[in-house]
Amino acid sequence: MNSMHYLYAAYIATWAIHGTYLVILARKYKKVRREMESLRK
Amino acid sequence: MKRGISILAVVTALLLSLALYEALIGAPTERTMGDVQRIFYYHVPSAWTAFLLFLINFIASIVYLIRRNPKTDILALVSAEVGVVFCTVVIVTGPIWARPVWGIWWAAGDIRLTTTLVLWLIYISYLVLRRFSTSGQTPVIAAVLAIFGALDVPLVYFSIWFFRTQHPSPVIGGGGSLDPRMAHVLLINWAAFLCLAWLVSWTRYRLEVVKREVEEAQALESLLEGSR
Repeated sequence: MNSMHYLYAAYIATWAIHGTYLVILARKYKKVRREMESLRK
Repeated sequence: MKRGISILAVVTALLLSLALYEALIGAPTERTMGDVQRIFYYHVPSAWTAFLLFLINFIASIVYLIRRNPKTDILALVSAEVGVVFCTVVIVTGPIWARPVWGIWWAAGDIRLTTTLVLWLIYISYLVLRRFSTSGQTPVIAAVLAIFGALDVPLVYFSIWFFRTQHPSPVIGGGGSLDPRMAHVLLINWAAFLCLAWLVSWTRYRLEVVKREVEEAQALESLLEGSR
């Protein structure tokens, strides 16, 4: 594997980690929103 | 408040784009390692950002133990959570950088690598405790764990000063010299990651506040239904 592959792998891994956390946050947000709506009913 | 978040989101997006361009194209190529050294522009700022978030977690935990203010407890939780995300980036990008440079993914027994892994595990334990413990004393126990966990941060940072290690010396204050153009790109990347950490922490903080309000309202509702 040439060194550029390692460079790209590191940058892609970084954004995959941040992206995964943002997806987890979005799911938490949806859950809280659903609970708020069921409370209003 | 919403306008503030929108402005911060735009600034963060612009800074991250500039930082990526500077890291991949703008920064000079390092003579010995070549292009793979550019991992440095993500690895080091992520570590600094994680350390800063763990410091915030440490201070918020102490303040919580003194004042028992739920807002400081939320700040401690959020800083630990976002800190773990940045620390994960450090743990993952480190071996990817080490493989082509050192010829190995992980130097077993190396003090810097081991203390960083221990730091990550301590904060993972902190988050697991907060996620699954149902005791009313959870914030207090978590605050105590966070204070002990934070003691590992100076150990991680200064380990390369006091022990022989495979890891290179610190780029700032460690006696090493860094090309001014590389230092400039490093600081741009750190600024971008700090903005990202601030944006994510702010959003997460607001989400946690609303979540706790909803839980209180649900508890009140079930109490009222029980008394009918």
